[in-house]
Amino acid sequence: MADAAARIVFDHVTKRYPGRAAPAVDDLTLEIPAGEICILVGPSGGGKTTAMKMVNRLVDMTEGDIRIGDESVRDRDVTELRRGIGYVIQQTGLFPHMTVAENVATVPRLLGWDKQRIEARVDELLDLVDLPAVDYRARYAAQLSGGERQRVGLARALAADPPVMLMDEPFGALDPITRTRLQHELLRIHGEVRKTVIFVTHDIDEAILMGDRIAILRPGGRLAQYDTPGAILAGPADDFVADFVGADRGLKRLSLTRLDELPLEPLDGARGPALSGATTLRDALSTMLSEGSRTVLVLDGDGTPRGSVTLDALAERLAS
Amino acid sequence: MTGILAASGPVIPDFGEASSCVQDNRLFCPDWVRDNWGPVLQPALLQHVKLTVIAVAIGFVLAFAAALVARHRTWFERPFDLFSALVYTIPSLALFQLLVPITGLTVTTVEVALVSYTLLILFRNILAGFRSVPADVLEAARGMGMGSFQVLRRVELPLALPAIMAGVRVATVSTIALATVAAFVIPEGLGRPIFLALRQFFNTELIVTAVLAVGLALVADGLLVLAQRALTPWTRVRAGS
Amino acid sequence: MIADISIFGDALRFIQDNPGLLWDKVVEQLELSAAAIGVGLLVALPIGIGLGHLRRYSFVAISVANVGRALPTLAVIAVGIVFLPVGFTVVLIALVVLAVPPILTNAYVGVSEIDSETVEAARGMGMTERQILQRVELPLAAPLLFAGIRTAVVFVVASATIAAIAGGGGLGDVIVNQASYGIEGVIGASILVCGLAFACDGVVAIVQRFVTPKPLRGRHVEDATLVAEPGGEGSTL
Repeated sequence: MADAAARIVFDHVTKRYPGRAAPAVDDLTLEIPAGEICILVGPSGGGKTTAMKMVNRLVDMTEGDIRIGDESVRDRDVTELRRGIGYVIQQTGLFPHMTVAENVATVPRLLGWDKQRIEARVDELLDLVDLPAVDYRARYAAQLSGGERQRVGLARALAADPPVMLMDEPFGALDPITRTRLQHELLRIHGEVRKTVIFVTHDIDEAILMGDRIAILRPGGRLAQYDTPGAILAGPADDFVADFVGADRGLKRLSLTRLDELPLEPLDGARGPALSGATTLRDALSTMLSEGSRTVLVLDGDGTPRGSVTLDALAERLAS
Repeated sequence: MTGILAASGPVIPDFGEASSCVQDNRLFCPDWVRDNWGPVLQPALLQHVKLTVIAVAIGFVLAFAAALVARHRTWFERPFDLFSALVYTIPSLALFQLLVPITGLTVTTVEVALVSYTLLILFRNILAGFRSVPADVLEAARGMGMGSFQVLRRVELPLALPAIMAGVRVATVSTIALATVAAFVIPEGLGRPIFLALRQFFNTELIVTAVLAVGLALVADGLLVLAQRALTPWTRVRAGS
Repeated sequence: MIADISIFGDALRFIQDNPGLLWDKVVEQLELSAAAIGVGLLVALPIGIGLGHLRRYSFVAISVANVGRALPTLAVIAVGIVFLPVGFTVVLIALVVLAVPPILTNAYVGVSEIDSETVEAARGMGMTERQILQRVELPLAAPLLFAGIRTAVVFVVASATIAAIAGGGGLGDVIVNQASYGIEGVIGASILVCGLAFACDGVVAIVQRFVTPKPLRGRHVEDATLVAEPGGEGSTL
C-alpha cells in the first residue's frame, strides 16, 4: 500500500533527442519533499513538460535517474508505475464514451477493485472536487463546461489515491475566472489530501500562487533556480531569473503575505479603508494608493476592526 | 456454362393456369406474388442475405486486421489502400468472370469478389475511426497506466465505433446491390429472378424483384443505423444539457 | 474447383484475333458511358453545388447517397424494361440514375464543407454570390467534385457492362454471351473492360489534378460517399 505522499528525487536527469545538438533537459537535479507542490516553470522550450513526463516514463531518460520514495522509476513495470501516479493534462483527455463516474473509476477498475469500493470512492471524489455525485455521475464529458471537465480530470487522477500527481498546465485552457477558481480549489484539496505534486506552467504568477517550491528551467533544460517563491522573489539567482519573474517582483512578494500575518498597530483613532485580514499585502498596497491613504484597517472574521497597517510597515516588510 | 441462362424451372406457369393479370402482363399481380413467394422469391431473398452477410463479415475481419496494422505502421496504409481501390474499380461482372477459371462456378468465386469490394470501404472507415480518437484522450489513457491492449479495447475501439459502423453500413448496402450480379455465376440471390424476368419481360416479377433488392438494402441500412445508435449513446448527447 | 489458367492464354489470343469487334464494342461502351456521365453531370452538378452553396437540405444529399448506393444496376434496368423497350434509351436512363448520386453528394459535400469563414470573408469583400461560387467555392471544392465524378465514371463504365443484357451494347455484349464468343471471349472481354475502367479512372484523375488549385494538390481526396460521417443521421428510413 503506497504512502499518502512520496518524495521525488531527480538525479542528474538528462534527455537528449536524436539529431538535436542541445538536450531537452540538461542535468536536472532536485529533490521534492513528500507532500509538497513543486512547480516546474519556464519559457517554452525549457523542457519542463519533458522533465515531468520522465517521471511517469511517457518520455524515457537518456541519463540519470528519478526516484519516487526510494525506488527508481526504471525499476518498476511501466504500466504499474503509471497506475500509481495521477496524471492531469491541459485538454483533460476525458474519455468521451464514458460517463463521469466511469471516467473517474478508470484506474480503480484497472487495479481490480470491487464494485462497491469503486462506487464509494467515485462519490467521495466527486464530492471532493465539488461536483455533486447525484447530478454528475451519469453525465458525459460533452455535457460539461471546461471547468467541470478539469475537475473530473482531477478526480480521475486522484481515484486510486496515488502518492504522486503530475499536472501539465491543467488550467491553461480555461478562462481567467475559472482558472483562478480552480487554482484555489486545488490548493484547498491539496490541504485535505496531501500528495506530492509536480505542476508544470509557463505562468509565473500561477507558480507563485500554487507552489511550495518553484523550479525555474531555462531554455535548454537547465535548472536556473530551485527554492520557495519568497526566496526566489527576494533573491533571483541571475538575470534570467530576475527577468523571468518580472521587474515587479517586489510587488509579487507582497502577494505572498496576508494582512493578518503582520503585526498590527493598535487602532486608536486610525482612519482608512477597511480590508479583511485575508487580503494580500499587494492588494492592500493597491488600495492604499488608489484611496490615497497611508493606513488600512484590518478586519477579522466578523468584520470588526482589529488593528491597522501602515504603508511604512509594508515597505519595511519588503526590504527585509 | 454461365450467363443469364442459368435457370432451372419456369416461373410463369405455362399451361393456361396463369391468371388474367399475369397474361395481360400488368405491373403488379398480387396472386402471382402470393404463389411464388415460397418457391421463388423468399429463397432468393434468403440466399441474397446469406451471400451478403458472409461477404461483409469476412471483409470486415480482413479490413480490421489491415487497419490495425496501418494504424501504427503508416507505410502499410498507402499500398493497401491502392490495392483495394484498384479492385474496387474493376467492374463486378468482369471480376466474377475473371475468377471463374480459378475458383469455378461456385459460391467461393462470388464471395471472393464480394469480399474484395468491401475492403476499400471498410478499411478506410475503420482507419478513419481509429484516427478520430483525440490525441489528448490517448495520452491520458497511456499516462494513467493502460497497456496497449487495454487502450485499444477500452478507448480506441469504442471511440472508433461510429466510423466503423458507418463503414459497415456503406459496405453492406453496396454488397447487397453487387450481389445481384452473382446470378451471372451461380443460381443464387435476387439476381436470378431478375434475370429470368428480363428474359420474359414479365412485368410483375421485374417490379417485385427490383423492389425487393432495393428494399433489402434500405432495411439493412436502417437496422444498422439503429444498431449504431444503440452502441454509441454518447454521440447523441448535446453539449451543456 | 477447377484452376484452369490456360484459359487466360486463350483469352489473350481472342483479343489478338478480334481487334475490330472488340474495338467496336469499346467505342460503343464509351459512347454510352459518356452520354450517361454527361447527362448525369447536367442533372447532378447544379443541384449538388446549388444546395451546397446554400448549405441547406443536407438530408437531400445524404439520402441521395444512401439510396444511390442501394440501387443495384440490375434492379434499375429491370424497372426500366417494364416501361421502355430494350435498347439505348432504357440503358441510358438507368446509367444516369446510377451516375447522379455520387456526383450530387460529393458536389454538395465539397461545396458545403468549405470553411464558412472563408465564404463570409469573400462576401464581406463585396463578391456577388455568383463570384463567390466561381472564384472561391468551386476551386476549393474541385478535389471532392472530381472524386465524385471519378466514382461516377467508374461506376457507369462498370454498370454499362451489365447493361448489355438490356441492349446497351459494349463489351458486356461479349461477356454475357458465352454461347457466341466462348469462354475465351468472355474472359478476354472481361480483361479489356478492366483496362477500360482503369483508363477512364486515370483520365479523370489527371483532369482532377489539373483543375485542382496548386496549393491543394498534394492532399489525397477521397469520395465523400465512401467515408460516411461518424454518427451521422444518414438513414433513409
